[in-house]
Amino acid sequence: MTAIDNLGPQAAYQAHLEAGRFMIQRAKSTGEYVFWPRVLTPSGATDLEWVPAKGTGTVYAITVNRARGGSWNVALIELDEGVRMMSTLPAVETAPIGARVKARVEVAEDGPRVIFDLMEDAK
Amino acid sequence: MRGKSAIVGMATAGMGEAPGFSAMELLGQAAVAAVADAGLKMQDVDAVFSATSSHAFPTMSVVEYLGLKPRYFDGTNVGGSSFELHLLQATMALEAGLCDVALVCYGSNQRTAGGALVSMSEPQWHETPYKPRHPITAYALATSRHMAEYGTTRENLADVALAARGWANLNPEAFARGPLTKDEVLSARMISDPLSKSDCCLVTDGAAACVLVRADRAKDLAAKPVYFLGAGAANYHRSIVAMPDLTTTAAVDSGARALEMAGVSRKELDLVMLYDAFTINTILFLEDLGFCPKGEGGRFVADGRIAPGGELAVNTNGGGLSCVHPGMYGLFLIAEAVAQIRGEAGARQIDGCDLALCHGNGGTLSSQCTAILGSEATL
Repeated sequence: MTAIDNLGPQAAYQAHLEAGRFMIQRAKSTGEYVFWPRVLTPSGATDLEWVPAKGTGTVYAITVNRARGGSWNVALIELDEGVRMMSTLPAVETAPIGARVKARVEVAEDGPRVIFDLMEDAK
Repeated sequence: MRGKSAIVGMATAGMGEAPGFSAMELLGQAAVAAVADAGLKMQDVDAVFSATSSHAFPTMSVVEYLGLKPRYFDGTNVGGSSFELHLLQATMALEAGLCDVALVCYGSNQRTAGGALVSMSEPQWHETPYKPRHPITAYALATSRHMAEYGTTRENLADVALAARGWANLNPEAFARGPLTKDEVLSARMISDPLSKSDCCLVTDGAAACVLVRADRAKDLAAKPVYFLGAGAANYHRSIVAMPDLTTTAAVDSGARALEMAGVSRKELDLVMLYDAFTINTILFLEDLGFCPKGEGGRFVADGRIAPGGELAVNTNGGGLSCVHPGMYGLFLIAEAVAQIRGEAGARQIDGCDLALCHGNGGTLSSQCTAILGSEATL
């Protein structure tokens, strides 16, 4: 198996998730974080390294899909590192925008994914 | 490029429902009618601009179907905004002498072919684990943010839907006609909070085509020319995850660029055609194109301001919400602007329509392309 450091950013992100780690990229030179994983930051820095995500963030936007087979929410989470990701809060129907959330890695049927729970204490 | 080209032929086909016809057959009908409207022959067309949701190589398919041998073609696909961009590209190609007669065309039979939005859009790998149902998930996320930041309400969204229906009721070609009350809109089935069925555009069939020539030739042709005055494009993201601010679209830039090229101010515009895939679009684009301050769009549309008889004529065909939305709606914005500037819009005709803005949106609030069209009096 290829070492994670030799994988492209998408495969490396997923390999870290497979190992139970939620990692995001940061540029050594500028300190910028970038998500979703890619080969450069918005300012053009390419000296990216993987760092553990703090795992804390805020609900930036949220919707509830109402389907015949059931409902699920889809949220955009702004991580405390300042980058945004799509995710879900499976433990609740929905949540207010601005709510504080904490990440965990869930092993779903289709593979591991990062999901979020409300941080009740932080309210 | 201001005033250097003109739309001299325009047509639609299969508006609403066209059972028994393929997407290309509808596109072909629109193209034939647009070329005839210009008083030209199909073989006069020497440039093709096209994008559809069902052809990987749309210009090749169009060229073969119509029996053309163009010397210039461009199949740039930026979703529903493609056709506003095509007006800019066609004007550049005409002005550069790369072609003499440009055909911009589109066709779809998505309603009768299955009744669901047809898309060639590939899933975004970092979104897939969360099962978004695009496009509505993305637009619902933007709506949730607009509500939280600016206090926009579902009643505000309902005003957009009601204004669109008001205009559609004056348009015999509109697909969704008939009375509609605010209570009906607000009690519609929720699809993706806070957007209900009433906040979503139609799924229809439909095709449209227009013919452009250089302005110096336009006066000699059959139809009243509608001049290209300016256009601008802007794009910051593909996935809604990467949209810098979910309450502000790149229309801020595309609109400013188009108005600058056209040398006109917002106040001079007689008609504003905004790509209303969802009710939030109209609110966002009214703000981003400068018709009201950021965050005020919901309150701006209250009290029938954009409905028939209101202060600002917006989406006079009934829009994607109540007239037609075959998947990529951008060329129908242009069709309505041409009808209004020619004075051919029947019961919905607005008085003295000389200057129109068409704003196309593509992807998930991604590609934004604005075009300004005007009558001879605006040259």
